[in-house]
Amino acid sequence: MSPDDSPAPASLRGKPGRAGGPVIDCDIRYAVRSLKDLYPYLSRRWRDHLDHYGSRQPAAFLSARPRAGAGAWPADAGPPGAELGILRADLLDRGGVEYGMLHLLFPPGMDQRNQELGAALCRALNEWTAEHWTGREKRLKAAIMVPGEDAEAAAEEIERWAGHAGFAEVAMVTHAIEPLGRRRYWPVYDAAVRHDLPVGLHVSGCNGRPASAAGWPSFALEERHAAALSHQAVVVSLVTEGVFELHPSLRVVMLGAGFAWVPSLCWRLDHAWARMRDEVPHLTSPPSESVRRHFWFATQPADAPERPEELRRVIDWVGWDRILFASGYPDREMDTAEDALPIRLSEAERRMVFNANARAVYGLA
Amino acid sequence: MRASTLGGVDCDVHPAPPGMAALLPYLDDDWRAQVTARRIDRLDLMCFPPGAPAHGRADWRPADGGGPGADLPALCAHVFDGFGTQTAILNCLCGIEALGHGALAAALARALNDWIAAEWLGREPRLRASILIPLQDPDLAVAEIERRAGDPRFVQVMVLAMGDMPLGKPVLWPVWAAAERHGLPLAIHAGTAARHATTSGGWPSYHLEDYVTTSLAFQAQLLSLVSEGVFRRHPRLTVVLLESGFTWLPAFLWRANKIWRAMRAELPWVDRPPADIIRAHVRVTLQPSDAPPEPRDLAHLLGQLAAEQMLLFSTDYPHWQFEGHDAFPPGFPAALRRRVLADNPRETYPRLGASKPVAGETTP
Repeated sequence: MSPDDSPAPASLRGKPGRAGGPVIDCDIRYAVRSLKDLYPYLSRRWRDHLDHYGSRQPAAFLSARPRAGAGAWPADAGPPGAELGILRADLLDRGGVEYGMLHLLFPPGMDQRNQELGAALCRALNEWTAEHWTGREKRLKAAIMVPGEDAEAAAEEIERWAGHAGFAEVAMVTHAIEPLGRRRYWPVYDAAVRHDLPVGLHVSGCNGRPASAAGWPSFALEERHAAALSHQAVVVSLVTEGVFELHPSLRVVMLGAGFAWVPSLCWRLDHAWARMRDEVPHLTSPPSESVRRHFWFATQPADAPERPEELRRVIDWVGWDRILFASGYPDREMDTAEDALPIRLSEAERRMVFNANARAVYGLA
Repeated sequence: MRASTLGGVDCDVHPAPPGMAALLPYLDDDWRAQVTARRIDRLDLMCFPPGAPAHGRADWRPADGGGPGADLPALCAHVFDGFGTQTAILNCLCGIEALGHGALAAALARALNDWIAAEWLGREPRLRASILIPLQDPDLAVAEIERRAGDPRFVQVMVLAMGDMPLGKPVLWPVWAAAERHGLPLAIHAGTAARHATTSGGWPSYHLEDYVTTSLAFQAQLLSLVSEGVFRRHPRLTVVLLESGFTWLPAFLWRANKIWRAMRAELPWVDRPPADIIRAHVRVTLQPSDAPPEPRDLAHLLGQLAAEQMLLFSTDYPHWQFEGHDAFPPGFPAALRRRVLADNPRETYPRLGASKPVAGETTP
């Protein structure tokens, strides 16, 4: 049985009816079967290096991330998300997907401790993506993976791919060496703005730091919840460091952590800013205004209020034009169009969340 | 204005940490010699710079240029007279938990607790205080709780939100057992011992970022306490979050419940939704309220929180969180005030109801 013929698990089947029209899925996680997929795009030096030392992040285990599997999966298809045929049949065709935004979470390149290898990996990943994914399936659009810790090399990588039809955003890891608002990353934002590309920040990367200053937790459950913690820190950093004062047209898409935490974070930021403005004179408006102007939020993993209608209040506050449907395929917490927003939506709201918002932020035709 | 807070229990008031000279009389000879020889002169935490406008409200700063919260008569005038407060709990923010040497931390914790008892509680019967503990050495932390628990004016044990490790870790359970045994809630206050970067992304540039992202550490602590089963093991333990903000709680609880439903096989001892456990065992203080700009959003949010049990009155004196005497943010439901001001604190702190302060008592 070829991977393309295998039945998809029921949980993976999209339900186009809910979206009421063509869907733009802002978070599809594709994968390499193994690092060897990338060898055709790497020099002899880096192939040998990977053979001898592997991918090196500041972590204890060789395979430090617990992998989210999506139930039954054909044994010969590699890790979930590694097979275009399955993805196409399961998600794009069945889900009525007009465009799907690809995100690759491992290996991200940017968090390699050897930064030269990081740059080489990013370039290889982008070439492999253009050839094997976006080149073969026009509905898929990828993120330009950049070695953000070496901002000059990152800007070069953006220059290389900007204008290529297969790429619609710039991706950095969120667990970087420094908070993403710090100056070392500004050349990446310069280049993204220059080419009118949004920066997509998916919870990802390994920087050797615990999920919060509370320290290292014990359980995978805590690590999973930590995605929503670390993403809040990213918003705080980008806003407070003045990235948007310097890059007034920068668009940032936050992926992989939902959005129900946005309003309270904004209130808290505004409250603190009102008392500490003397420390950050470069900020020209309340932080919440920067958040509303510059950020978009992908839905997956969907926030699940005890009373579903609470979600409407949250979105009213964040802005209906800022919410992007994302399935998170093939994560085990993936959402279908059916359960991403478990509230009654008006026709206009549906159009925005499932299509128009993504079209606007990614500049899709 | 003041009438709106009359008769309350202010659960978060900060006396300025003393300089070492004030503590020397409370240290034994060996430790006195050490801190003198090493010229350890102050214990202020970097996360609360006393000069920052946010950490000392202008009208609460002493005219003589001393640190905010350093003067007992001024503190009493501001906290008791200003708000009509009946009882106030002193939470001294200092760097005991940030020291590397557990025994030194224990000596300073003893000195600080004794200094609070003598110089503050002994001089003002409406004051209560938190027991500071050297959490970096759990045995010594238990010993300090045992040493001070006999004094009913100490109503809780206080630790920093960001110390060595998440507070649910089993190595700390004997400390929580001692707190539970003596009817002392565990108070977790904003602040860091700088063992770990403020955020998972590393060290931010600005104090503003540190302050705002403290709420993330509180969230991680709640996850840790629930996940490790601390409340199952210590069913009578109450946790109080101090200077944490509370508007982040509803969205946090939604996600905690959702992830628990998906992953509960990993921790079968957590046998009910985290939100239920947290609403039963955790209390939060009013300031900073980080309130939404729309008053009706605040009322709605307080409903999601079960504020009628969970929320405790605090001014966060002398920190600058609000103006004048409007400790309740606009839109705070009048019907909820009595619970928040007095009923919830008295239910949270059994020692408030049970004890009559011993006038003039210094050290036990």
